[in-house]
Amino acid sequence: MDILDLTAVELGERIRKRELSAPEALEAVYGAFRARGRNLNAYAAFEIDPARTAAEHAQALLDRGEASSVLAGVPVGIKDNINVRNCLTTCASKILRDYRAPFDASAVRKLREAGVVPAGTLNMDEFAMGSTSETSCYGPVRNPWNTGHVPGGSSGGAAAAVAARECVCALGSDTGGSVRQPSAYCGVTGFKPSYGRVSRYGLVAYGSSLDQIGPLARDVRDCAALLDIIAGPDSMDATSVPFPDSGFLDALSGDIHGLRVGVPEECFGDGVEEDVRLCVEAFLDELKRAGAVLVPLRLPFIRYAVPVYYILATAEASSNLSRFDGVKYGLRAAHYNTMEELYTRSRSEGFGKEVQKRILLGTFVLSSGYYDAYYNKALKMKQMIVDGLAEAFGRCDVIALPVSPTTAPALGSSLSDPLKMYLSDIFTVPANLAGLPGLSVPCGFDRAGLPVGAQLLGAVGADSTVLNVGHAYQLATDWHKRRPRDSEEVSEHA
Amino acid sequence: MRYEAVIGLETHVELATQSKIFCSCGGHSTKGEPNTRVCPACAGMPGMLPVTNRRVVELAMRAGILLHCDISRYTTFDKKSYYYPDLPCAYQITQWFHPVCRNGSVEVTTKDGTRTIGIKQIHMEEDAGKLVHDDWTETTLVDFNRTSVPLIEIVSRPDFRTADEVMAYLEKLKTMFRFANISECEEGAMRCDVNISIRPEGTEELGVRTEIKNMSSLSSIRRAIQYETARHLDAVERGTETLVQETRRWDDVKGRTFSMRNKETAADYRYFPDPNLMPILIGEDWIQRVRDTMPASVEEKTAEYQSKGLSEKEIASLTSERALCDLFDAVTALGREPKDAASWILTECGGLLRKHGQVMGELQIAPGKLSRIMEKVSGNEINRAAGRKVLEAVLYEDADPDAYCEAHNLGAQGDADAVRQVVLKVLDSTPNAVRDYLGGKKKAFQALFGGCMKELKGNGDPQVIRALLEEELSKRS
Repeated sequence: MDILDLTAVELGERIRKRELSAPEALEAVYGAFRARGRNLNAYAAFEIDPARTAAEHAQALLDRGEASSVLAGVPVGIKDNINVRNCLTTCASKILRDYRAPFDASAVRKLREAGVVPAGTLNMDEFAMGSTSETSCYGPVRNPWNTGHVPGGSSGGAAAAVAARECVCALGSDTGGSVRQPSAYCGVTGFKPSYGRVSRYGLVAYGSSLDQIGPLARDVRDCAALLDIIAGPDSMDATSVPFPDSGFLDALSGDIHGLRVGVPEECFGDGVEEDVRLCVEAFLDELKRAGAVLVPLRLPFIRYAVPVYYILATAEASSNLSRFDGVKYGLRAAHYNTMEELYTRSRSEGFGKEVQKRILLGTFVLSSGYYDAYYNKALKMKQMIVDGLAEAFGRCDVIALPVSPTTAPALGSSLSDPLKMYLSDIFTVPANLAGLPGLSVPCGFDRAGLPVGAQLLGAVGADSTVLNVGHAYQLATDWHKRRPRDSEEVSEHA
Repeated sequence: MRYEAVIGLETHVELATQSKIFCSCGGHSTKGEPNTRVCPACAGMPGMLPVTNRRVVELAMRAGILLHCDISRYTTFDKKSYYYPDLPCAYQITQWFHPVCRNGSVEVTTKDGTRTIGIKQIHMEEDAGKLVHDDWTETTLVDFNRTSVPLIEIVSRPDFRTADEVMAYLEKLKTMFRFANISECEEGAMRCDVNISIRPEGTEELGVRTEIKNMSSLSSIRRAIQYETARHLDAVERGTETLVQETRRWDDVKGRTFSMRNKETAADYRYFPDPNLMPILIGEDWIQRVRDTMPASVEEKTAEYQSKGLSEKEIASLTSERALCDLFDAVTALGREPKDAASWILTECGGLLRKHGQVMGELQIAPGKLSRIMEKVSGNEINRAAGRKVLEAVLYEDADPDAYCEAHNLGAQGDADAVRQVVLKVLDSTPNAVRDYLGGKKKAFQALFGGCMKELKGNGDPQVIRALLEEELSKRS
């Protein structure tokens, strides 16, 4: 059996049993990247030297018996917007094309301390802005199930790599669905923790009040094992929350007897592709069979989630991205005569179209005279959504819904209709607005053979509950074990 | 018609904290080579996050308490966006929606009497870096040392009518803030924006307002106010120009203000709450703790020192610097007499500082060492002149008083026998002077006394020498 078919937890076990070493596991991943990497374009960069150093360090920890994590020695791909010390951290943007991070993100630091090996940076939508991973300065990522389709985004490189066995598991970031939606499109498991569960220190900010680092992996157990490492309060992030619970992997009992699963009417109606609806309904049936109780819900406010999200996220982005000005690091325009020109040319040359669009939108909604009409109103609506969801969790333990109304669209079809692309975020953005934990699990395929994802949301802090429901489902089904044929073969049929 | 000026002030004060407002870099803006007090956070590297320094909040609360403000129970940090190379994130973290203090007042006294100036609010914010223009290479360099150094901005109500009042206000804030360890208020650590308009005396409606930005010296502020008031008067009375609401700069060399930008081209700062910093909730207990740990005010110290019998002059000198009060308090706490302590600090230490071209504010001495010197002098171990010598060594060579005395053979003069030997030697070696004295020439005593002092290398206690001389001379009469 190819070791890249193992889950992260299985691989970790073999490393612990000395059936293979951390450097050997890394070389296997690196080999897969070299063999198939350019085909899917899943990686932004794979700097092997620092990864080898990390693997040796991990092996040394293992040899000294100082590696407590079940994932010690396992290579983990890192989305290109999470700082990895001395490595390229470019957010798939021309403006940061040669930027090397001067420090580790807290999540990466914790991985290292646990003996996990940061291995390669994964392609994404530029600055995590997009749902297709087509806006990268490195070119679009392709879906391993059908290379004529997008992998979703913005953590599309991570989802594609995990699905295609080019990496074992990965850290992504989720601002409006950027972990869950590509996981669904690529048939892998992705988890967005409660806001504040994982430190954002070292994650290059898109929408600071919404961003959260989360794992993408083969199954819920791998996600829980990664979360065990990266979760926890951090003095470097003032918004990190000291949630009382931990031990997510150990908490996976698979028992969901009597658990109440809310089913929002709005998420199974118009606009949801039939194949998606059927797969997610089958998902609900499976939960029922496992002992859960389905509770019909109405979440009428959900239709405001997308406009509210795009106002708040772009407003924050316009501010977060203002530091890329050509003065201190990153791209600086070659020719300029004035300070003003240095700024405008560097930013115009450095940022792609989608990023520019969102910066302009965000700048507009914060401008004097429009602040109350847009930003302030969006804040109020956000509170309404927060309250509405909190109220819903009085009647159920988790909410089940599709991750996306569709499966992965064809390459190039989304950017030409951006409004449609934005609206397809409808089922993922509520979790970000309300800071909820959200899990995406594979639950079938559409008639074209593209994966469908089901989503589980929990109340703030109920990460463990959400993961356990997903785990129960994966004990009963094997959708998460399906793998795409080798991408070379797929491309022939595409 | 008689006009009056209506003046409001925005005063930025650099806080005396160990570290910056949102990271752990050293907080002092004027120290260090360029870009040595900078980290990924205050340099605005991608992925960095701000974390609030609680000390900054406490010092802002302290200022609010001194200026009789309401302390907000809920206060937030907001982003103010504008592009400038010295602002690494292209936004400044400040307080726009919910400042930490509101609605205060302060009394200012000028030769025309005492008036109350309203304080609209105090808010916290980070400072920007500095641009350094290098004419030689025609380049502009950025120094981020000052970036994120904590400031409070005190926004007054437009209650000033004269430059004198503004001066008195700024002097008062300076003294108050230094005294309460809020700010060292060094050169450049206090900067002002001045808002000015004029109106006919007795009317309420405000005239066209101009704002003069970023002045740090008191004399510039005074001159700018005088210039700008005159400019407004000329415009209104003589129609020399049409006033527009605008921001101006003071040119200290030319002695005039010039326009920077007007309302039409005014920047849109796009203020919004910083999602990286949670709102700060200030409870009654925290306010009380800040009150309880607040250093005594000038007024309180004055009353305390009066009760200890110090003179008005001594009190005024000591309370000019918090550090002097602290030293005085420490020395008296070690058991030294208050009057004596004041005299040693102000006269002796002050004299030595002057001799070395320093000012009182630069005095740095361990209270224990000063106390030890005073103890040696009052206990007649050494005389005051020797004490002064020890003090100088302590101040400028970091000497230990006891070790210094021993090493320089000071202190023997307290031993009457040793001094008597010297006296006898002098009397024996100058029989003429002895004869003169005994013959009635009292002046000869001075020569004998001087001889003894010389023999003792200036370290003798004059009273002891005099007494022994008289005793021994009487034996020879």
